[in-house]
Amino acid sequence: MQSVHIMSAYDEELKYLSKRIAAMGGHAERMVEQAVAALVNADPGLAQKVIRDDMVLDEGQREIDDKAIIIIAKRQPMATDLREIVGAIRISADLERVGDLGKNVAKRVVAVTDGRQPNSLFRGLEALANLALTQLKEVLDVYASRSVDKIGFVRDRDDQIDAMYTSLFRELLTYMMEDPRNITPCTHLLFCAKNIERIGDHATNIAETIYYIVTGDQMPAERPKGDKTDKISLSGALPVK
Amino acid sequence: MTRTMAIRLWNGRWLLAAGVVAVLIAFAFAGLSAYVLVPALLLLLAAAILPAAGMRQSEENAAAIEAIGLQRLSGEYLAAAVADPLIIFDQAATIVHANAAAFAAFGGIAPGLSLPLKFRAPEMQTLLDSVLSGTIASDVVDYTEKLPVERAYRVSASSVGHGTDLYVLVFKDQSEARRIDRMRADFIANASHELRTPLASIAGFIETLRGPARNDPAAREQFLQIMQNQTGRMARLIDDLLSLSRLEMKPYLKPGTEVDLRQTVDSVIDSLGPLARETSVAIERDFAAGPLNVPGDRDELFQVFENLLENACKYGQSGGRVVVSIAHSDGAEPGIDVTIRDFGPGIPEEHIPRITERFYRIDVETSRTQKGTGLGLSIVKHILTRHNARLTIKSEVGKGAAFSVHLPTA
Repeated sequence: MQSVHIMSAYDEELKYLSKRIAAMGGHAERMVEQAVAALVNADPGLAQKVIRDDMVLDEGQREIDDKAIIIIAKRQPMATDLREIVGAIRISADLERVGDLGKNVAKRVVAVTDGRQPNSLFRGLEALANLALTQLKEVLDVYASRSVDKIGFVRDRDDQIDAMYTSLFRELLTYMMEDPRNITPCTHLLFCAKNIERIGDHATNIAETIYYIVTGDQMPAERPKGDKTDKISLSGALPVK
Repeated sequence: MTRTMAIRLWNGRWLLAAGVVAVLIAFAFAGLSAYVLVPALLLLLAAAILPAAGMRQSEENAAAIEAIGLQRLSGEYLAAAVADPLIIFDQAATIVHANAAAFAAFGGIAPGLSLPLKFRAPEMQTLLDSVLSGTIASDVVDYTEKLPVERAYRVSASSVGHGTDLYVLVFKDQSEARRIDRMRADFIANASHELRTPLASIAGFIETLRGPARNDPAAREQFLQIMQNQTGRMARLIDDLLSLSRLEMKPYLKPGTEVDLRQTVDSVIDSLGPLARETSVAIERDFAAGPLNVPGDRDELFQVFENLLENACKYGQSGGRVVVSIAHSDGAEPGIDVTIRDFGPGIPEEHIPRITERFYRIDVETSRTQKGTGLGLSIVKHILTRHNARLTIKSEVGKGAAFSVHLPTA
C-alpha cells in the first residue's frame, strides 16, 4: 500500500474498498466465464446460476458506493486518496455492467441451445470471450500491483477484440445465409458477441481509471474505433433460388 | 539398553569414583573385611546405573537444542525447499513471502501485494476470509485459473504456529490430472462417434431392405455389400482400440529380447504384397549390410512397420512406388533408422504435428475410402515410445512423405 495515515482506521477503510473491488472483479470474471461455458455446453442450469449471481455484484456496487461516500464525508480525502475513492466508485460501476453483460449472455442460453447446434457456431464466440476475459484479468491484475507502465497492452487487446468481433459478425452472417434455420441461434449469438465485445470496452475503461488513480493524469486519448461491422454487407452474395 | 547403562555410569563417574575411594579408605584404615567391601562396591555401582533425575534433565536439554535448530531455520529456506507454490501472508492478507515456485506459477507476486486483489475468484476470497477471521484454523478449496492457460490447484490455507499472526497458502497443482480426465472423456466421445457412423449407415440400409427395396434383388446385393464393408470397418476399429488399450496396460517393455529388423521388415513387405498389387505400388528395398538387430518386441515392431507401410501404399498410391530403407545412424544416438518414403501428395505442414493424435484425419473422405480407423499412427507412436524410439515425419506437399523410425541399438 502507499503512505500510512495517522488514523489506522482510515487505512483500513481504503484497504477494504480495494478488497471489495477485487472481490467484485473475481465475481464478474467468474460470471462471464460460466455464461460462455453454459452457452457452449448447452447447460441451462449453469445459466440460471449466472443470472442469480448478478445479485452479488449489484449488492457489491451499492456497498462500495455507500462506503466511499461515508469515507469522503468523514475523512475529507485529498490527492491520491480522493482519486482512489472516486476510482473505486467508477470501477465498481464498470464491473457491475460487466456482470450485467454476462447475465445477458446467460439469458440467451435457452434460446440458442434450443435444438442442438453444431459446435462450430460457438468456437468463434469462445475465442472472443477468451480475449475479453484475458483483458479483464490483466486489468484487474494491474489494479492489484499498481504497475501502470504495463497498461499499454490494453489498447492492443482492444484491437484484437474488435478484429475478432468483426470476423465473427461476418461468419455468423454467412451461416444465416446458408440456412434460414440458423437465423434464430445466430441472431442470439450476434447479441452475445456484442455483449462480450462490450466487456472488453469496460475493461479498457477500468484500465483508464487505474491509470488516473495511480498517476493523476488522464490516459492519453488515441483510440481509433476498430469495430468495422458497420461496413459489412453481403448483399451481392445472396443465394439465388 | 547397555548403551544407556554405560551413559549413566559415565554421567555418575565422579560420584562413583568418590564412593570407591571412600570405601577403599574405610577398608584401609578401619580394617573392614572383604565381605563388607564387595557388597558396598556393588551397591554403589547399582545406584549409579539406576535412572537418575539428572538424566531426564539432560534429555530435555538435547530436545531443546534440537528445537533451537528448528527455530533458527529461516522460513524462507523452508519455503524455498517446498516444490509447490507457497505464499506466506499476514493478518491483513498482505504477502510476506512467496517462494520461487509461486513466482513461476503466478508471476507478479511481490511482497506487499494484497492477496485478495491477486486471487479474486470467489472461492479464494471466502477461503482467505474464513482463515483470517479465525473461524477455522485451516481449509482446502479447489481453485482453477482459466486464462492464459487452464490450471487447476488444490489450495490449502492455514495459520502458522501460535500467535505469529502469519498464515500460509500452499497450491497443489492438479492440472495434469484434470487434463488426463478430459482426454479420457474426449477419447470416449470420439470412439463412440466413430463407431456410431457405420452403425447408423447399417441401420439405415436394414430399414431400406425391409421397406422399399424388399423385392429388388440388385439393390439388395449392393446394400448387403455396403453393410458388410461397414461391419468390417467397425471390426477394424474395435481391433485397433483393443490393441491400443493393451499397449497402455503394459507401459514397460520386458528387456532382453532382440529383433532382427531385416527379417521383420522383409516379412512386413511380404504380408503387404497383396495390398501393394491392388494399389499398384512398387515396394523397393534399400537395406544396409551387416546385422540389423535392436532390442525390442518383434510383434509390436511388426505392427509399427505394417501400419507405416500400409499408410504409404494407401495414401501415397499416386506416386507409384514406396522405398523402404534401413540404415545405421551414427549421430549422437547410435541406432538404426528405418525410413518409409512414398511419393504421393504429401502432408501439409500444419497437420504434421497432429497426425499421431487419435482420430486425427487430414482428410476424412480419403481416410474413409481407404478403410482407415484414425488410430494407426497413434498405435505406432505408442509402441515407439515403449521402445525409446523416435518417429520423425518429413514431408513436402506434392513430393511425398517420409516416416523415419529411429531405434536405439543400446
